[in-house]
Amino acid sequence: MMQLRIGYPEDRDYGERLEEFEARIARGEKIEPGDWMPAEYRRQLIRMISQHAHSEWVGMLPEGAWITRAPSLRRKLILLAKVQDEAGHGQYLYHAAETLGITREEMVEALLSGKAKYSNIFNYPTLTWADVGIIGWLVDGMAIKNQTMLAQCSYGPYSRAMVRICAEETFHHKQGKEAVLLYAKGSKKQRQMVQDALNRWWWPTLMMAGPHDTDSPHTPLLLRWGIKTKTNDQVRQEFLNEHVPELLDAGLTIPDPDLRYDEKTGNWIHGPIPWDDFWKVINGEGPMNRHRLAARRKAHEEGRWVREALEAYGKRHLAQAAD
Amino acid sequence: MLEAYLKDALVARLTAWADDEVVLAQRLSEWVGHAPILEEDIAIANLAQDELGHAKLWLELRQELDGSDPDRLVYFRDPLEFQNAILVELPKGDWAFTMVRQYLFDAYENLRLKEAAKSAYPPLAEAASCILKEERFHLKHSSLWVERLGQGTEESHRRTQEALETLFPYVHQLFQPLPGDEALVEAGVVPDLKALEAPYLEEVTAHLVRSGLRPPEGGYVPKSRREHTEYLWSLLAEMQSVARWDPEAKAW
Repeated sequence: MMQLRIGYPEDRDYGERLEEFEARIARGEKIEPGDWMPAEYRRQLIRMISQHAHSEWVGMLPEGAWITRAPSLRRKLILLAKVQDEAGHGQYLYHAAETLGITREEMVEALLSGKAKYSNIFNYPTLTWADVGIIGWLVDGMAIKNQTMLAQCSYGPYSRAMVRICAEETFHHKQGKEAVLLYAKGSKKQRQMVQDALNRWWWPTLMMAGPHDTDSPHTPLLLRWGIKTKTNDQVRQEFLNEHVPELLDAGLTIPDPDLRYDEKTGNWIHGPIPWDDFWKVINGEGPMNRHRLAARRKAHEEGRWVREALEAYGKRHLAQAAD
Repeated sequence: MLEAYLKDALVARLTAWADDEVVLAQRLSEWVGHAPILEEDIAIANLAQDELGHAKLWLELRQELDGSDPDRLVYFRDPLEFQNAILVELPKGDWAFTMVRQYLFDAYENLRLKEAAKSAYPPLAEAASCILKEERFHLKHSSLWVERLGQGTEESHRRTQEALETLFPYVHQLFQPLPGDEALVEAGVVPDLKALEAPYLEEVTAHLVRSGLRPPEGGYVPKSRREHTEYLWSLLAEMQSVARWDPEAKAW
């Protein structure tokens, strides 16, 4: 295990070290696992990276549910590859968090006990096949905006994981967009299905970027330490400016009567976001919170005997090798 | 070029192979997101993709012969038209059941594909060698799982042995010929499956025994690939549900 060097405000040399640390970040240097870091920097990173890993792992469920119903060989192959990527992203991210001195078991325990959070977006149900397309285009579209920002972050392992993940997410985004555009020009039922999916996913997607900057207490510190390089509202704005014109071009209706283009700034301005809904979902009262966690717990419980068998087999073979 | 009298027989043969892969991919897909460890979510999604990719290859070979559309065949054929083996349609069960099934199937695929790679029909030989490359990894993965579970804990051993009791009799169906097979074998287009059965049983039994397991004797053996269980209808109903939901859709 890498020796961690963590600084606490009560340490004698904290002020001096912190100054050095912040100067490194200001110069654009990456902080690596064995480098000195403030305890709060480590805590925030563990929180963010593990949440991100959990989001990938839980995020396999809503789309994974449609693999068995994907309507063509090509779509099924694409969806399998996509959900496989999500598992892979979860795996790199758990490893990235492990460089900060936490184990995967501890993180999994925090998720299953309900202590750790994951992206709110996965607490909504996927009701039709079109949801898979909309998730790829919009949900992954928003995720890419956030992850491209995180690829610049000051912590080396997280930043490198994000570079790889973004490359794969770009493919997820493309396949979603391609499906939505096809269905938007497809049969009557396909058109209705894809519009309905957009209606349901639009606001939850905008909320993925997190609360407005004025309601986001962590943001200033995260920006100063280069954990984030953009604010929630900036990320949301980038998403809108890219996706609104394309959705409108596709002939779809965005379910926001106040949505407008601002000539002066060149920005698309959204109407009031239903934050009450966001806070309810984040606090455990969304439509799928219980079901998602129950599915993760069930897989964990049902896999227990398998993990025990792996351990027993491993131990026996190590012992035999030592003889 | 393939002689006309062999064409229908090869169409049936390719379809039966593709059906095995489509149905197995469906069962594997049911695990994605629910595997015992995250690494196995990755592995099982990969297996499902590979199997489905193989189905696509076989159906594309069929398409060259009779112009049929692979998606139509998968999404619009009725259950009794499917000629997959029962081994692959049984519900996924627990991890032991899934891994024993996968092992029994992978060992068969490896033997069969090695022979098929020598086919006198070049497109088939080429497809078989291409698939074989992936199947070697599948066999490594599933044979190691059988060994780990067989030799793991008392519980894992019990579950694995139980899975084997249910699954083993069905392996014989994999080697049963279709009506037109004889001519294909004679022309060197496809391997003689009957001749592969004994080496298969020998290889598989040796590995199972090494893993602390006992291949059972007896059990029900289906008479041909026309036989199915009650599970196939619902498997296909789910798989085909979106495609059949909107017959006016021109593309998915």
